[in-house]
Amino acid sequence: MSSVTDISTRQVWDLLEEVTDPEVPVLSILDLGIVRDVKVENTTVNVVITPTYSGCPAMDVISMSIRMQLLSHGFKEVNITQVLSPAWTTDWMTEAGKEKLRAYGIAPPNPTQQVCKMELFVDDEAVQCPHCNSWNTRRISEFGSTACKSLFQCNDCYEPFDYFKCH
Amino acid sequence: MQTLINYTLYLADNALILAQRNAEWCGHGPILEQDIALTNISLDLLGQSRSFYQYAAQLINAEHPSAMPATEDSLAYLRDVFAFRNILMNELPNGDWGQTVLRQFFFSAYQFPLFERMKHSSDATLAAIAEKSLKEVTYHLRWSSEWVIRLGDGTEESHSRMEKALDELWTYTGEIFEPAPYEKAAVEAGFGVDATSLKDAWMERVSNILQEATLTVPAPRWMQTGGKEGKHSEHLGFVLAEMQFLQRAYPNATW
Repeated sequence: MSSVTDISTRQVWDLLEEVTDPEVPVLSILDLGIVRDVKVENTTVNVVITPTYSGCPAMDVISMSIRMQLLSHGFKEVNITQVLSPAWTTDWMTEAGKEKLRAYGIAPPNPTQQVCKMELFVDDEAVQCPHCNSWNTRRISEFGSTACKSLFQCNDCYEPFDYFKCH
Repeated sequence: MQTLINYTLYLADNALILAQRNAEWCGHGPILEQDIALTNISLDLLGQSRSFYQYAAQLINAEHPSAMPATEDSLAYLRDVFAFRNILMNELPNGDWGQTVLRQFFFSAYQFPLFERMKHSSDATLAAIAEKSLKEVTYHLRWSSEWVIRLGDGTEESHSRMEKALDELWTYTGEIFEPAPYEKAAVEAGFGVDATSLKDAWMERVSNILQEATLTVPAPRWMQTGGKEGKHSEHLGFVLAEMQFLQRAYPNATW
């Protein structure tokens, strides 16, 4: 038996699916895995989010977008809380999100965590070029256009591309 | 409570001042990719400092209710030199690329074991910030280690510059492991990490990387201290003058 709260909680999750990451606009914040909890009490919503990286400048915009989205759909009070633990990981990204990234020209994160380990001068495991699908690619830099990405280049089609790095 | 506030501000100030120094490289890096790398690291450090300042502000407001409550911004923009607790190394001018990279390596080699321990702190907020930051520091440490090796074991020119940078910075590394009174109190209270206990791990990592970089670990020498207790070099004033200008000239300005 589902109560009114269950229905509106589901409704909030559906509404949050429409809120996108301002820096990677093909991804919803649910694809990214940064919404950790939603609680609804009457017309009040509590949303718990976690940042991808400590300095991610998109978090303020995302909080604002969540607030606008829920207020404009009839919720009277929206509380957004940021939590740091457990720390966000690319493992929380949805498979649908990874496909959207690939279609957008960004290589999605590989499932392993190799790059987060301490060995020096170690290449990533193979990363597939999102343009020509070649696995013959190389890392140019571990740091890219945003905190969550690194820079790659394809050795076959020569196109540079972003890789959503494992974290 | 005051101990927790002081300790949290120390952690925040260290991250903020190094973030500000590294950000000076924005648009001036030797090549575009490395310019982006260093400014990414700067952004991570800024994010860490925000987490610590937000927590410090919350603690300060609980302890000293005021009509003008502390905020992360007031703590960053409206305190003067003597109130900052960052280590002296982080406020030094950048020098050349090699010196900037070496300082980042020294600092990351400190933050790494610090946050590894702090994620088990009895204070849940400090533990959470440490857990989050540790993942980023892992990247910083890898990147800076690789650059120290690349430059030390590079050309004659890069090697001699790294030797010079090492000589310049070494005097400032001792302060990291020389606990200020609030650090000692934080350890006694159970939530702080004993800085002296990190020294061996730091020295081992630093020695290994320097050796691989064909650089020699300097002999023990007199170490410069004071930053942790607000006694700064002349450089911090210039850092703050630039960083705080807007809020000082146009109070409460926002974007």
